[in-house]
Amino acid sequence: MTALLEVSDLYKTFGSGEAETRVLRGLSLTLAAGEMAALLGPSGSGKSTLLTILGTLMKPTSGRYEMLGRDLVAADDRALTEFRNLHIGFVFQFHNLLPDFTALENVVFPTAVREGRETAEARARGRELLVRMGLEARVDFPSTKLSGGQKQRVAVARALMNRPELVLADEPTGNLDRDSAMQVMELIAEINRDEGTTFLISTHDEKIAGLCRRQVVVGDGLVTG
Amino acid sequence: MLYALKIATRYLTASKAQTALLVLGVAVGVFIFIFMSALIGGLAEFILSRTVGDISHVTIEAEDRDPDILIAPGGALLAVIERGRTRQATLAEAATWVPLIEAVPGVVAVSPQIGGAGFLTRGAQVAQVSVTGLEPGRESAILNLGGYMVEGSERLGSGTILLGRRLADDLSLRLGQTVRLQSSGGVATVLTLGGIYDTGNGMIDASGVFVGLPTARTLFALPQGVTRIEIRLSDLNAADTTALRIRALTGLDAVPWTDGAEQLMEALDAQAQTGYFLKSFALITIVIGVASALLLSTYRRRPEIGIMRAMGAGRGFVIFVFVTQGALIGLLGGLFGAAMGYLALLPFPSRDAFEPGTLPMDITQGSYGLAITLTVIGAILASILPARAAARVDPVTAIGQ
Ligand SMILES: Nc1ncnc2c1ncn2[C@@H]1O[C@H](COP(=O)(O)OP(=O)(O)OP(=O)(O)O)[C@@H](O)[C@H]1O
Ligand SMILES: [Mg+2]
Repeated sequence: MTALLEVSDLYKTFGSGEAETRVLRGLSLTLAAGEMAALLGPSGSGKSTLLTILGTLMKPTSGRYEMLGRDLVAADDRALTEFRNLHIGFVFQFHNLLPDFTALENVVFPTAVREGRETAEARARGRELLVRMGLEARVDFPSTKLSGGQKQRVAVARALMNRPELVLADEPTGNLDRDSAMQVMELIAEINRDEGTTFLISTHDEKIAGLCRRQVVVGDGLVTG
Repeated sequence: MLYALKIATRYLTASKAQTALLVLGVAVGVFIFIFMSALIGGLAEFILSRTVGDISHVTIEAEDRDPDILIAPGGALLAVIERGRTRQATLAEAATWVPLIEAVPGVVAVSPQIGGAGFLTRGAQVAQVSVTGLEPGRESAILNLGGYMVEGSERLGSGTILLGRRLADDLSLRLGQTVRLQSSGGVATVLTLGGIYDTGNGMIDASGVFVGLPTARTLFALPQGVTRIEIRLSDLNAADTTALRIRALTGLDAVPWTDGAEQLMEALDAQAQTGYFLKSFALITIVIGVASALLLSTYRRRPEIGIMRAMGAGRGFVIFVFVTQGALIGLLGGLFGAAMGYLALLPFPSRDAFEPGTLPMDITQGSYGLAITLTVIGAILASILPARAAARVDPVTAIGQ
């Protein structure tokens, strides 16, 4: 297996002086292409912090981060924006969808923002992804009118829109009941199996984590297991 | 960028009531702008037409040349010069100049005149009058005599005289009656009252009389030439440049109406300044309104902006979305305000029919295009600050995981 991304000696410190919080303290992690990994650890252990750094939304205080052979610590905002658009998909716990847009419009956003318009091809792919997520009947629904589970499935479809190598999901099922959560996880597992997309999913739920082939546990700012 | 435009319009249509209020606010600003433009423009038009609409725009007066003084060789001389009472300065070659001046662009009418003082006698009554000889057929070239006639006609045949209503009343003269006119030089003639006018100008109505140019020649002993050439222009404001042109062309001392009208010009200028001031305030209000509304929207949409940034929307894209919103609000408000302004101005009488006591609004001077353009530019400028704030949103804190 080839390494998709590699972080080493990652430090992240928030604030300074009295309020200084050292969240990551020399963390190292390698994800291979095609992996499906759960990110575990107690609350406040730095799971979300690690995911935002991996998602290039935040820079580490120090350390190295390479993905697809690119040094992502040194890259500037413009380069990172483009990199994210092409190679990384996100699923968040809250605030996932654009409220004034339909399910399909949300899904095609990553492609449309790059191409400057919504092309027919993009719409076709978006529709296909929604069908795959079992949302055939919700394609043109306003996103605010979807249920929690439906919203997260739309978010997964959107994360996959540009065929990224990596999808980062921060407690994607944290707000869902057990059935919806399992449904979302099964879809993720299916995509991972069929397309080889790498997933890193943070969760507090052992059952959810159990669906992943690898468990990464963080604690004291390091990977502990 | 088509996609940014789509998102901008979606944002605007998503909160319809808020957008409608904002557009209405902008429209009111535009309305005020247009209303002020029409009022200031109309007022200036009104004042000008009342004060100088009826006078000569460029005037060439014969120069009164003083007699040469002969100084005795070797001796000092104290000369007391008395202006000859009968001597008239003349523009001897008027006949040559008139066609030349008529050919100058912007000149509408040229009226060669002979002016002088005289006495009007009817029975025992005598009135001192100021006589103007007008070329028959050009009676209304400068002062619109034709339009002011209350009795008879303005046509000046030989032996005809026109009087103001006040003077006619003072002398109890009626149409067709005769009156004796004696010039300051002592030449007298008997004339028939051909028409009575009422210009509204006290001087002209009480002591002005008009006769035909041939009659004036006899009265003032001027077999050729005239004492004054009055010129009317299509554009009042072109008087200065046209006067210079005529001066260069003829070598005569052509004087524009603006000479000696400094106070009027200052008043009009002050009025225009007031207009600019109020219009600037209308624009500033628009800018502040749009900026604050968009800033609020930026704040409210922080999570969405964070999501868009995470999905690969660049800072430029976010800026474009918000600036486009500003431009659309400006355009909609501008169009709506301009339409409201136009409709509100429709009931006002046209500029040729201003009535005393009403606002002299000039619907043609609403500056609609300017109002819309400035509003769109203002709204775009107003959206730059919110747009930059939006582009600086940190996706991590905005999404707030
Ligand atoms: N922007 C920030 N400024 C200051 N401290 C922060 C910031 N972001 C996170 N932290 C701190 O870093 C620590 C790790 O936070 P993080 O959100 O990564 O934990 P987590 O593992 O995701 O927790 P949870 O399971 O509850 O989501 C916490 O103590 C948090 O207070
Ligand atoms: Mg977290």
